[in-house]
Order: sequence, then C-alpha cells, then structure tokens
Amino acid sequence: MTEAFADPAAAAALLGRIRRHVDEGGPAGVMEVCGTHTVNIFRSGVREMLRGLVEIISGPGCPVCVTPTGHIDAAVELVRSGRVTLATFGDMVRVPGSRGSLADARSGGADVRVVYSPLDALRIAEDIAPRPVVFLAVGFETTQPAVAASLARAKSGKLDNFTIFPVHRLIPPALSALLSSDELSVDGLMLPGHVSVVIGCGAYEPVLTRRGVPGVVAGFEPLDILGALEMLLRMRSRGEVGVRNGYKRAVTDEGNEAARRAIDEVFEPADAVWRGLGAIPASGLRLRSAYSDFDAGRVHGISVRDVPDPPGCRCGDVLRGALPPPECGLFGVSCTPESPVGPCMVSSEGSCAAYYHWGMR
Amino acid sequence: MGGERGEASVERVLLAHGGGGRKSAQLISGVMLAAFDNPALSELADGGVVELGGVRIAVSTDSHIVSPIFFPGGDIGSLAVWGTVNDLAMCGATTGALAFAVIAAEGFPMDDLRRVVRSAGAAAERAGFAVITGDTKVVPAGEADGLFVTTTGVGPLAEGVDLRPARVRPGDAVLLSGPVGEHGVAVLSEREGLSFTADVSSDSAPLSRLVEDVLAACSDVHAMRDPTRGGVAAVLNEIAARAGVSVEIDEAAVPISDAVSGACELLGLDPLALPSEGRCLVFLPEADAGAALAAMRGNELGGGAVRIGSVTAGAAGMVSAATPVGGRRIVDMPPGELLPRIC
Repeated sequence: MTEAFADPAAAAALLGRIRRHVDEGGPAGVMEVCGTHTVNIFRSGVREMLRGLVEIISGPGCPVCVTPTGHIDAAVELVRSGRVTLATFGDMVRVPGSRGSLADARSGGADVRVVYSPLDALRIAEDIAPRPVVFLAVGFETTQPAVAASLARAKSGKLDNFTIFPVHRLIPPALSALLSSDELSVDGLMLPGHVSVVIGCGAYEPVLTRRGVPGVVAGFEPLDILGALEMLLRMRSRGEVGVRNGYKRAVTDEGNEAARRAIDEVFEPADAVWRGLGAIPASGLRLRSAYSDFDAGRVHGISVRDVPDPPGCRCGDVLRGALPPPECGLFGVSCTPESPVGPCMVSSEGSCAAYYHWGMR
Repeated sequence: MGGERGEASVERVLLAHGGGGRKSAQLISGVMLAAFDNPALSELADGGVVELGGVRIAVSTDSHIVSPIFFPGGDIGSLAVWGTVNDLAMCGATTGALAFAVIAAEGFPMDDLRRVVRSAGAAAERAGFAVITGDTKVVPAGEADGLFVTTTGVGPLAEGVDLRPARVRPGDAVLLSGPVGEHGVAVLSEREGLSFTADVSSDSAPLSRLVEDVLAACSDVHAMRDPTRGGVAAVLNEIAARAGVSVEIDEAAVPISDAVSGACELLGLDPLALPSEGRCLVFLPEADAGAALAAMRGNELGGGAVRIGSVTAGAAGMVSAATPVGGRRIVDMPPGELLPRIC
C-alpha cells in the first residue's frame, strides 16, 4: 500500500464528510463489483471505519466466482481425459465442480498448470508442443486484452497446439441485469477501477442513467475508496444519477481504445450464463470465426452442461448482493477456505473468503 | 465415468498441506499427533525439549525442498542448516550439533551437489554447529525432483530458559527482529523471473547469536518463533491459539521493504504470510521490551528490530491489526499455499 494513499489524517477528514452526509441522508448501502475492492476494503480496515455509516455489498466482481459449475465440470472432464494440458489462474484450480475441482484432477494425475498471465500459458504451449494446451480464460475487461494478445501471437506464430476455453464476462451488462431486478436496493455503485481503465467511465453512463442510480469509478487505495464513497454520498444528497470519475489518475471517459481494439479483433459479444445471475444477453465473449482454430470448445469438443450449484451453497445469492456471506448456513461451518463448497469461499477475491479471513468477528 | 466419480472423493495429500497454514495444522493434528502424541510434542514448538541424563536437550528436524535450489542470498544447503539451527534457537538452544541427509535424483549434477554441501558446511561453521553425522540416498530419475535435504539438530538448554508458545500471556509485548518476506520474494522472483525484484536477497541467516543476546538481556522471555512457512500471520495465530490469548498488532509498524511490498501488490500476496528465514518474533513481558529491543538492535541481524504489537486477554486465538489508514482487520491464519516449495 502506498503510504500517501493511506494517510490517516486525510482518511479521518473524508470519514468526517461521509459522516455528515449520513447525518443528513441516513446510512447508505453501496455495491462494489470488483474483487480487488472486496479485498482491499477489508484488508485496509476501511470496512470497520464505515460501520454504521455505509454498508458495502459485494456484487458479481470476482471472475472465478461468476463462472458456472457446468464450465468447471467441462474443464475438469477435459483435463481428466489426459488429452490436454490445462493452464489457468490459481484460484480457478480449487473451485469445486460437481465431480471435483481441477486441483482434485491434478492430484489424480491430470496435467493442470497455474499461470499468472495468458502469455505464460502460451509459453507452456511452445515448450511442450505438439501436446495440446488449453487456457481456461476467465476474467473481466481487465484480463481480456492480454488474452486477445496471446491469441494474436499464437496466430501469427502459427502455434497449432494452443487453444482457449473462454469464460470471459462483461461488467456493464451484469450491472444492467442487477439494477433491473427489484431484489437489489442500493444507494449507488462503486465501479471497478481496473475494468474502467479499459472501457472508460462513459461505458456505465447509459445503464446508470436508465436505472436512475449514481455510480463512482474508484481506485484501490484506502483514500481512493473513501473518496469515491464521499462522492457517491454527495451525488445521493443532490439527487444526481449517472457516473462520476473518482480515479482520474488512471481512468478516462473513453478508456483505452487500443486495448478495446485488441479485444474486438479476437472476440465478439455473446449471451452468457453467470453463476447467481443466470443468462444475460451479450454479457460474455466468444471467439470470432477468424480465430475458431483457437477455440478449445470446437477443437476438443467441449460441451458445457447446465449443472445445479452444490446443495446448500448460496454463492448465487451472495453474488447478487442478496445475502451477506455470514448469513449462508454453510459459512464457516461446512464451507471454509480449506474445504470450500462454493467459489466465493475459494477465490482470494471472493466475498465469502474475505469475510472469513478479515471480517471482525 | 464411475471411476471419475470415485476420484473426487478419495482424500489425498495436497500441496496446501505443506504450506504452513491451516491445512498444515490439520495434517499435523489429524495425522501426526494422532500417531505420536506425547507432552513434549504437543507443545507444537519449533523443536521438542527432552531431559536426558539430567540435561535438558532441544531437538529439531526439518526437510527442505526449495525450488530453485540456488536463489539470491542462499541455497538449499545453507537454508537447511540454518533452518534447523534457528528452530533450536527458538527453543533457546544456541549451541549444538547437526545431522545432514540428502535425497538426490539420479542425474543430479555432481558440481551442484558439491556446491550445496560446501555451502552447508560454511553455514554450520558460521552458526558454530558441527555436522557430526549424515545420510545419502539416490533415487531413480523421476521419483524425486532434484535434491531434498533434511537436517536434524540437538542442543542443550541453559538453566532457566523455557521458551514455549503456551507461556505467552496477556500484557506481553510482541517484537520482530527485522523486515519480513524477503526470503519468500527472493525465491519467488528467481523462480518466476520477476525482474523488478532483482535487488531482493533472501534474509536466510543463523539466529543463535541474536537469541543469545536477547536471553542475556532479559531473564523471562516467554516464547520466540521464526516466521518461516505461513509468515508472521501463521506464527501469531499459532501463538494466540496455543496460549489462549489475543494478539493485536500495528500493521504500519511491521517493516516491509519496498521491493517486497511491490511484489506482494503485483502478485496479490499478503506480506504477513510470506516466509522469512532469518527473522524472529519475541514474546516477553512489557517491562523487558526495551531491553530486548536494544539487545536485538546491537546484533548485526537485528538492526531493524521493532515492537509490532501486544498480547491481550481478548478472545482466545484472535489476531487483529490496526491498519495504516486507521481501521482494523483480522489477521487470519494463511489457508494454504499457492506458492509451494519456497522454504
């Protein structure tokens, strides 16, 4: 944490202003949709500072968590067949499917590799060619440019043993789906800084204006988070809706045009299923036909089935902001980070894991 | 399909069982203690203490599987020697003798083996320990990866020295001998090729002299632990659980170098959960904290010694941190390990 963005005096001043807004307008509920926000709000102690003033609800901001069980089952089945090496991000490996996790498959002899970036997966494919390597690609707009770049490189290098199984998801359509339901009642949205670097502030304007909700793009340091909340409460008190930029040192209105072009070159929007939120139109990505040789689904015949979530698991409700994690009957009892039942307890960015690790009890 | 279904339900040893976090603790209590239970072992300290012929002896053993074998600031040889020397020191034994055993895979380069063993010899000499016995096994290529080293040490305890987690009590001060996480980041950066951490070296070092200095300055030290696997977070949680106390730390007081904190931010790691191999945590009565800090700072390995917190009578097993921005959070036991073979 950068010290300048955690200055206690500046934090106390922002907290004082938040308190005045709450004195006038009452306590607030704010949803964030970014795993890094989930974690940093706990780890920095900001959640405790805001107790009684602002309740921060975690939405579908963890890419591992929103991946449906059926996709995990498909990946487990593929790698257990022994036909491929599967590479993915660390947290993905431990998410239970209906017949075990990728980690279970690995301890049973399947070749599952953990990577930090899609380019690492590409390198593995180069190293062990001609053995097929499948990259299980999860991630929001933040991760997608790097995946697109790895595919562009694979194509230009004529690498024919590298494919991806895309489970990418897009944030604005998910926000639109959440805000159109009557279930969610919040005073505003804290919008994800990293995603916004790519898509820009402007990308949220239509949905927030249409739904009559204020939103502020927020950075990740404690003062970024407190500052964004203060802006949100100011918008609430003035009755403003739409989007404001609370992370101007990194985010512009337009976003990163080159990154979006890189995504657009390789992928096109497609209807997609989210854990907890169900099917949402144009909320995922599929490979364009020019890249169909890199589609693991086509090359290896992956079929994704509709699989129910584990019995008793309420990750779906947690991801919609409808249930605080500690109120799930399994939380901390049969579902812990060591033996997780649902993904929100597995992922280092999951809200159940964050409550479990850092929530003051 | 029936076979696959069965596969998920078979309980297997996972990498996380070796990570030093909660999963390791479950393995130890569920499998090891169940078979070996006795009073000395159940202290769950870094080593066991036994009285033999009227002399109290500390015994400790440690297997090392670090990958890569050579890393900035050390190698598996010096790490294995100092790992056991430090475990003995955490029991209060600062002199003694060592056993050194290796399991090498067929095909392992002889020059690398010589280099590792020479380094282990120099490390033992620096710590003032002699290696008085050993063992060598070679397994066919593919049955082990590279080189595994196990060291075992014994050392006598001075009169009145009684360092045990169970002795920690409310009112104790918690001291830390220097910046944390450098070993973890050094090994990780060598393995993963992280260029921005090029200047981080492992903190691996023998703590015997530092411990002697502290014990000479303070007569009633309650416990010492080196934060290896699972880091400071694991040590504090183990102590809090074993002693039935709470520990409160000031996060801003925990020294962390810029390179370590940068690596943690990039990789999403918690510096409090990263291993160090040449640092120690000291638990002792508040009144002795100043003398212990002065003693540590007078030692070449303790220049960065600071007080990081206090033991309180709060909920048993609870560890919390005051955060730099003015909030509060739980410091949980690291759950497992996504970064295996780091020490």
